[in-house]
Amino acid sequence: MSTPTTHFAPLARALHWLMALMVIAMLFIGAGMVASVSERHEWLLNLHKPLGIAILLLVIVRLIVRFCTRTPPLPADLPAWQALAAKLSHYLLYALMLAMPLIGWAMISAAGDPVMLGSSVRLPSIVAAHAETFAFLRKAHRYLAYLFFLTILMHLAAALFHGWVRRDEVLDSMLRGK
Amino acid sequence: MVDREPPYPRKPPLSTSEKLVRMAGIGLVVLIAASAFAYVNGSLDPQRLTPARVVDVFEHSNGVHPGYRRNHPKGICVAGYFESNGAAAALSRAQVFATGRTPVIGRLALPTGNPYSPDSAAPIRSFAVQFTQADGQQWRTGMNSMPVFPVGTPAAFVDLLKATAPDPKTGKPDPAKPPAFFAAHPEAQPFLAWVKTAKPSASFVTETYNSVNAFVLVDASGKRQAVRWSLVPQAKGDAPAPDAKDYLQQDLTEKLASGPQRWNLLLTLANSQDPTNDASKAWSGDHKTVNAGTLVVDKDSPQLSGDCRDINYDPLVLPSGIEGSDDPLLAARSAAYAASYMRRTSEVDQLKAEPAQEKQP
Repeated sequence: MSTPTTHFAPLARALHWLMALMVIAMLFIGAGMVASVSERHEWLLNLHKPLGIAILLLVIVRLIVRFCTRTPPLPADLPAWQALAAKLSHYLLYALMLAMPLIGWAMISAAGDPVMLGSSVRLPSIVAAHAETFAFLRKAHRYLAYLFFLTILMHLAAALFHGWVRRDEVLDSMLRGK
Repeated sequence: MVDREPPYPRKPPLSTSEKLVRMAGIGLVVLIAASAFAYVNGSLDPQRLTPARVVDVFEHSNGVHPGYRRNHPKGICVAGYFESNGAAAALSRAQVFATGRTPVIGRLALPTGNPYSPDSAAPIRSFAVQFTQADGQQWRTGMNSMPVFPVGTPAAFVDLLKATAPDPKTGKPDPAKPPAFFAAHPEAQPFLAWVKTAKPSASFVTETYNSVNAFVLVDASGKRQAVRWSLVPQAKGDAPAPDAKDYLQQDLTEKLASGPQRWNLLLTLANSQDPTNDASKAWSGDHKTVNAGTLVVDKDSPQLSGDCRDINYDPLVLPSGIEGSDDPLLAARSAAYAASYMRRTSEVDQLKAEPAQEKQP
């Protein structure tokens, strides 16, 4: 067996930081637009939809990259509960990156609204128009967004804990490398 | 765990106080991020006008009628088509204006906040229309029979709702509040002058319905033209409203039994000095108008079982070739309708057939 890698692959790191920026921007755009009745509501909404589809496409690429590249192992002396939390939170983050754009798309479809990206591009509806389905998906979109943001905060705190307190190689494995 | 690597050479351990300072640093980073989010979503700013707070104001004034729209809840679904004559195709590249038919699902309604209001409760009627183009894009528009809106901004509109809301102690509006509001809002004068002369109509089909807000038509070359639009009835009549609680639905069904009802879609082209950002102001003087075609209604159905029930008539659902203007009410309508739609679609299971003993408002 070859020696374990110490850093994420450059493409994996690029996707991580690009998507980190996009997902955080997306959460703030979403929270801001539903709290506004001004023109801001409109232009944030027009940003939210294409950005969500871009995230959906990128996370598919990212999952492929994740399965095709080697990832550095966690430090051997990490307590078992922290290793488990790391694993589960990563599964959750991937699941949310995939689910949130799909729920958004399905929700607009269930409302019977045309799924417009910009003024003339229309995506097909992926769910039949149905009021109760819309209500369920719309609430899921909101609560999962809060879960997403909390998971990202935990992810951020854990990364800084590795870098500043444990001072192991975990944060470094995503910051730099060959 | 199998996938752990052997320990790397460790850096010298931190002292307890160093550790605490660094943990506090992490806590601070998380706190700043969480606070930024709370600021953006309005949690830290109870004064900010949010879609949910606008809908709360409606619910405070009207009470909550689960499953119904938070405004204009009493209405009837209609269906038919728009027969475009092609005259507006030079102004807008939207498919709906090319010569031919576009199917529509509409809703005729009363502009009160109670689904059991008597039909004469307001001298205004509204008509919401959804045009579905062959390419799947839609044009949704919510029109009213008044020529201008009372105010020009969302904040002033919410203040108007509050000024006319029933006092929780008496159940009636505070008589001092509306005059105070209108004194502070001279922009409401054109609406007040109109409403003084307006009478509840006996029929939906003899009313003119106006977009009130301005929009922008965009032609194939990208040229833009601000417009307001109106549905002008082909049926004439100004019979006084009967002395009854409900008459509009029966009248509509009778009129449709005798044949389809028609409106001309009239586009009023803005002159250069016309305000597009203020729905409280009429566009006065001579204006070029374009008759874009005929809206034909040939069916009606009760709103609780009709196709219009689950449509959010968001005025910013627009096809390529029609855009919102700089009118601040448009974004506010779109945002508040979304909040109302979210609430009422969660309550669909509470909608029943209208009770035999209807509650009076």
